[in-house]
Amino acid sequence: MRTLGGHSLAAPAPGAASTQESYFNELASFVERALAAGESYTMGFEGEATDFVRMNRGKVRQPGHVEQQYLDLRLIRGARHASHTLSLTGDHATDTHAIEAALSGLRDALPELSDDPHLLLPDVVRSSRDVRSDAMPSAEAMIDALLSLASGHDLVGMLAVGPVHRGFADSRGQRNWHETTTFNLQWSIYHRADKAVRSSYAGFAWSERELATRIEHAISQLALVSRPAKALPPGKYRAYLPPAAMQEIADMLSWDGFSGRALATRQSPLAKMREDARLAPGVSISEDIADGVAPAFQSDGFTRPGKIPLIVNGALAGSLVSPRTAREFDLATNGANGSESPVALSMGAGELPSGDALAALDTGLAIGNLWYLNFSDRPACRMTGMTRFATFHVENGQIVAPVNVLRFDDTIYRMLGDNLEALTRERELLLEANTYGARVLSSSTLPGALLSELNFTL
Amino acid sequence: MQDIRLPAFDIDADFWSLRFVCETGESFCVRKNVAQPLAAFTDRGVMATVYADGGYGYAATADTSDDGLRAVLGRAAHWARASAHYALDDSGALPRPAPRGEYESPFLRSKLPSRREWYELLQAESQAAGCDPRIVDWEALVDVRHATHRLFTSEGGDVVQRFRFLFPSIGVTAHDDGVTQQRSLNGYRGICQQGGIEILARFGFDGAGRRIAEEALELIAAPNCPSERMDVLLAPDQMVLQIHESIGHPLELDRILGDERNFAGTSFVTKEMFGTYRYGSELLNITFDPTRPEELASYAFDDEGTRAEKTWLIREGVLQRPLGGAISQVRAGLPGVANSRADGWNRPPIDRMANLNLEPGDATFDELVASIEDGVMLETNSSWSIDDSRNKFQFGCERARMIENGKLRGVVKNPNYRGISAEFWRSLARVGNADTIRVLGTPYCGKGEPSQTIRVGHASPACVFRNVDVFGGEA
Repeated sequence: MRTLGGHSLAAPAPGAASTQESYFNELASFVERALAAGESYTMGFEGEATDFVRMNRGKVRQPGHVEQQYLDLRLIRGARHASHTLSLTGDHATDTHAIEAALSGLRDALPELSDDPHLLLPDVVRSSRDVRSDAMPSAEAMIDALLSLASGHDLVGMLAVGPVHRGFADSRGQRNWHETTTFNLQWSIYHRADKAVRSSYAGFAWSERELATRIEHAISQLALVSRPAKALPPGKYRAYLPPAAMQEIADMLSWDGFSGRALATRQSPLAKMREDARLAPGVSISEDIADGVAPAFQSDGFTRPGKIPLIVNGALAGSLVSPRTAREFDLATNGANGSESPVALSMGAGELPSGDALAALDTGLAIGNLWYLNFSDRPACRMTGMTRFATFHVENGQIVAPVNVLRFDDTIYRMLGDNLEALTRERELLLEANTYGARVLSSSTLPGALLSELNFTL
Repeated sequence: MQDIRLPAFDIDADFWSLRFVCETGESFCVRKNVAQPLAAFTDRGVMATVYADGGYGYAATADTSDDGLRAVLGRAAHWARASAHYALDDSGALPRPAPRGEYESPFLRSKLPSRREWYELLQAESQAAGCDPRIVDWEALVDVRHATHRLFTSEGGDVVQRFRFLFPSIGVTAHDDGVTQQRSLNGYRGICQQGGIEILARFGFDGAGRRIAEEALELIAAPNCPSERMDVLLAPDQMVLQIHESIGHPLELDRILGDERNFAGTSFVTKEMFGTYRYGSELLNITFDPTRPEELASYAFDDEGTRAEKTWLIREGVLQRPLGGAISQVRAGLPGVANSRADGWNRPPIDRMANLNLEPGDATFDELVASIEDGVMLETNSSWSIDDSRNKFQFGCERARMIENGKLRGVVKNPNYRGISAEFWRSLARVGNADTIRVLGTPYCGKGEPSQTIRVGHASPACVFRNVDVFGGEA
């Protein structure tokens, strides 16, 4: 294997404040000193130093490095408040000058605003520090390993690796810091046209042996994908959805499904569950911060409990309530951000060993991934989407052929209700690969699902 | 940005560029008659791109000091060299642009309302929208953005472009007796243009709160859209989505080259199709048009420095050229357009839509309706889904009106339709004239690894399609 050299990603010593953490605390102290009488502040911090390496056809297409830090500064006077998010350079003089200008602008704006009846701030100081930064190889070494292992194959995908930081500070002296170094490698190996196997490897501790295992598995699946494809007509088919496919369905439920505000205003796709609609008794869903990668604090400084039950035994049991929603609808906040979407969604396991999934499917579709889901009738929680990547027709528990892409259109009350035969005993922790604007710290932990039928329309 | 002076630096590279972006903005929102807290932002930074030893690398930082610029160029050069032996393309063969010029949004310096005036304007629409107890949620908002882009290249390039964008929006949710319906002014952030306050008047923003609320109330009492094959008249605020998903994305050259196959997907279009493939009926004319001043993605140069000009991508139904920037053009050996774009200083340029428009035909709106014996008019996109080759699609709309014997009839709810791109555009039967055009778009076109959301403009007339698979919501 050819080595590219390069530097390893160093981890800070245990218990020691990283450069970013110290800098954040310095800026918080600066803001504290810059306040006038009667003013208070909250301050959020999001930063990362990321190597992004994009690949296509087993080669490197676009490699790069991005360093970014953003400060979200909110000035509060009485019940009036306004915020300014600004990029930071890392230079103290430059950044404090920018913060002064932002504070001045916010100070000018407050008289033009109304009192906010929905402002809610924490009344208990809960500081925290959570640092997990394991040393890992350089991005160059990771790419070297991946492309060597997949040599000769049409591999396309991306590596994102490096530290991610989140912080919170406020006038009451609360300080929260969350720091983690992760890698997230997402790739597909193509056989032809749209026939491919998608895989991923993400986490905190890099193992080349584990990467090799995953590449070998993908290549073995490629042999199945290379068989002549079968074009199935629309209709109802038995289906097995592995955790990667279930993640797409979970993402749809997370789109206002568990939002306290959306439920209160009937916009949630799960609003009917406030009445008589139910999922199968085996379905339980919760927000499990304790088992995920998201920080245990949110942007107003509220802390998040380790576990929030959302659906218990098929019935709606809770919601994610932001401070604003709590004030508006007279609810108790549970540390949700403004979007009220899960950041550590966890679905309970079933009893089907995942190794027996194809045998239990018998004849039907083993779906590798789902893609581009959206609601075809939001109040009914009816959703549509496509099959993608390695999706196979299975007969008598054996893979027969890859299947050309199919569109499904069905309600959650059938998919995870009447038509849910089993959930797998094993669950998978899936780290969010989203990199829109920044690397996202969220995850989902999901089982696979066996459905007695899924409605395909195109 | 106007006063940027590059420091002296010594870099061993075949080519370099520095792309500075500064964007500021304020968001004003009134929800359920409560003014939401003001949110402002300032985002400044620079991306360096370097070609060296046949490799390509980029690096980005918010530190635009002299030392910061030297460091970011060094990082980009490091990646170029470190990846050179794995490079997909020989950077020695890539273009080395030397663009010079400027661009400004229309009415860039015209006065905008004060913060207080914005809130008063939005409060008036909110008050009007919350007109009935069955309206259970509603909001009126506007985002104002200013951006300056400055591009320097090692070949002497120096481009300054200044933009102002406005994103006004009104949305309501109505609920009664177990039925919930949502209605908006031309879709979620569908109104998005460059310019000033005149944008709001262009879309009848003043008074829209009441109008949108009344349409939502009408929808909760309406029957479900019938399910059958019929002719459809797509309003411009649905046409823009149809163009975006089933023409724009499949024509992106980086998809055709395979870059997006792990994420946003591939394309049913192949390199061999250009010049001969019949994409749609003879009425279909699609242009890449960065010259329409008010449209969201008008500009003079793309983010690699290629000068932008109006170009036909599909003429009289036949595919002409892809949406591919200068680098993709070299990789593919095809002509393209100036569409290499990044959504900020911290993401590299890739092939994107910009302004992608359907050119007008000759039919008045009344003639479009009159051309349908049995069909439906669909308005305002609410749901979008298409396969990763951009072929099998299913789209939903907020509102529809039945058409019988050439006349508009009653409103129906939950309208959806599905089809296949390669067949759908060949069923294009009538194209509205310039009077039916709306200039819309989206600020949220997602794509890329790492991912980016880019601003895209679409101008389209209303259009008629024959024999489409239409269906309603859950019974």
